[in-house]
Amino acid sequence: MKIIVCVKYVPDAQAGRRFEADLTTDRAGVDGLLSELDEYAVEEALVVADAIGATGERPQVVVLTVGPEDAAYAIKKSLQMGADAGVHVDDPAIQGSDAVATSRIVAAAIAAQSPDLVITGMSSTDGGTGVVPAMIAQRLGLPQLTYAAELTVDAAAGTVRIRRDGDTSVETVEASLPAIVSVTDQINEPRYPSFKGIMSAKKKPVTRLSLADLGIPAEEVGLAAAWTRTVAAEPRPPKAAGTVITDDGTGGAQLVEYLVSHKLV
Amino acid sequence: MSAVLVLIEHDGGPVRKAGLELLTLARRIGDPVAVVIGPEAAAAAPLLAEHGAGRVFAVDATEVLDHLIAPAAETLAQLVAVTSPVAVLLPSSSSGKEVAGRLAVLIESGVITDAVDVELQPDEGSQIGSVIATKSAFAGAFATRCTVTHGIPIVCVKPNAVAPQEAPVESVVEAFIPEISAAARAARITGREPREASGRPDLAEASTVVSGGRGTNGNFAQVEALADALGAAVGASRAAVDAGWYPHANQVGQTGKTVSPQLYVAAGISGAIQHRAGMQTSKTVVAINKDSEAPIFEMADFGVVGDLSAVLPAAIEEIRKRRP
Repeated sequence: MKIIVCVKYVPDAQAGRRFEADLTTDRAGVDGLLSELDEYAVEEALVVADAIGATGERPQVVVLTVGPEDAAYAIKKSLQMGADAGVHVDDPAIQGSDAVATSRIVAAAIAAQSPDLVITGMSSTDGGTGVVPAMIAQRLGLPQLTYAAELTVDAAAGTVRIRRDGDTSVETVEASLPAIVSVTDQINEPRYPSFKGIMSAKKKPVTRLSLADLGIPAEEVGLAAAWTRTVAAEPRPPKAAGTVITDDGTGGAQLVEYLVSHKLV
Repeated sequence: MSAVLVLIEHDGGPVRKAGLELLTLARRIGDPVAVVIGPEAAAAAPLLAEHGAGRVFAVDATEVLDHLIAPAAETLAQLVAVTSPVAVLLPSSSSGKEVAGRLAVLIESGVITDAVDVELQPDEGSQIGSVIATKSAFAGAFATRCTVTHGIPIVCVKPNAVAPQEAPVESVVEAFIPEISAAARAARITGREPREASGRPDLAEASTVVSGGRGTNGNFAQVEALADALGAAVGASRAAVDAGWYPHANQVGQTGKTVSPQLYVAAGISGAIQHRAGMQTSKTVVAINKDSEAPIFEMADFGVVGDLSAVLPAAIEEIRKRRP
C-alpha cells in the first residue's frame, strides 16, 4: 500500500511576503518553510501508516511537492518527520502556474505513483485558494473526502471514512480506495522531527522529475499559459492610527460612545 | 444581456444573505440565473426573483445532495452548457471553492477565489468586457485585481462584498435533474448530525463579530453577552480554540473563517498575523486588550487598554442604558 502526501513550500508569513515584478509570488527572496497546514497531512499519513503497519505491512509514505530548488526543504522536513521517500517536480517552466495548471502537474505526478491514498492539507498558507486538491480529484476521477477532522482507513476492506465538522452539521463521508483526503488542523498534533528522524532523512530517496518526465508540454503551464492573471497588486495603505485609550473605569462607556457615534450600534 | 450563472448554496432553511449578495454582483455583469442546490430548492426561488434572478434552476436530487462536491460541479457544468453564461459566481465558502475548482477543470476555465469585489471593465477586445475581481493577498498586506483569461470566468466571492439590493423580476423556476457520473457519486455522505444552533448570526456572513482570545482566560460568557447586545456572531482566536475554550467552527484566522464584517470587536486577542489573515478586511476594528503593546492596536480604529472583566460588562451595561 502506498500513501502520497502533497506538500507545498511557502514563503514564511512572518517574513514580509511580496510579489515579483510579474505579480507572481516572490518565492526566492523571502524565507520559506513547509506550509503549516501540510504538516497535518504528513502527520496523518504517518498515523495511518503506523496503524496499518501494526497488524500488517506498513504502507510506504511518499511526499510530493512541486516547486523550485528551495522547495526541497518541504520534502526534507517531511522525511525528517518520518515519511519514507520524496518526489520533487522542479522545472523552470512551472514558475507562475495557476491553480489549474498546478493541479495538472500534481495529478500527473500522483498518477505515476499509483497510490492507494492521497492526503493533502486543507489549503496552502500563501495563495490559499484551497481548490487544488478538488481539481486533482476531478482530473484523476478519484473519490474525494474533504476537510477531515477525523480519518479512518480500513486497509483490508479497502475503504476510507472521515468526519467533517460543518457549520450546520457534522457529516460522515465514506468511499472506496484509492481516494484523496484533505485534512484540517483539527485532526492531529504534528510531531517535531526527532534527532533520529533528522539523521535518517539524509539517506531517504528523493526523485526529481521534470515536466518532460511527466509528459506535460512546458508551454502549457507557467505564467504565460495561466488561465487567470493578476493585473495589479498594491500594498494596502497602512491604516490611519486609531484612538487608543487606557481604561480608567469609563473604557466600556467610551467604547460604546465610539460605536454609537459611528452608527455601529 | 447575457446570463451569469450563480450558485446558491441552500440548506433548506431561509436563503442566506451571501446568495443575495452574489445576485447583486451578478447584475453588474449580466442577467443572474440562479442554481439552487439543496433540499426544497424551489422554495428559495421567490426571494431570488426579488433580487434579480429571472431564471432559477432548482436542484434537489438525492444523488447530488448525498455526495460530496463532485455532483454539484457536474450540475453546474451541465447548466453552463444549457445557459451559455458569460461568468459563473459562487460563494467563497470551503465547499463553494471546491465546486469552483472542479468546474474549472470540467469546462476548462480559469477560476478566482476569495474575491471581495467583482466588476465589469469595458474591454475593446470582447463584447461584454472583462470581469475583474478584487482580492486581498498575504493576510491582507496587498490588494490584488485579477481576471480570467481563458474560458468562462469562474469567481468565488466572500460574504459582505456588497449590500444585497432588491431588483424584482418575473422568474421562471425549473426543476433540473442533472446526470451524475459514477465517479462523482464515489464519496458518499453516510451520516449527518445537525449541530446545535447558537441562535446567533452566521459567523462568515455577520455584519458584526465579537471575538475572544487568550485574554478571556476561557471565560466566553462576557464575549457572548456583548455579541448578543450587538446582535453579533461570536468568533474565537486560534489560541482560544486550541485551548478548548470555544468550538473550531467559530475560529477566525488563517486556518478558520475569514470574515469581513462592518464591525469586528477583538477581546483579549493579541493580533498575530495568523488571526489578522481572517479579519483584516473588516471595515471597523475595535480592540480590548490589557497589553498596550499588542499588535491588534496597530490596526484598531478604537482600542481600550484594560481588563476584559471590567471593560466588557461596562460596555454591555452602557448599550442597555442607551436602548430605549
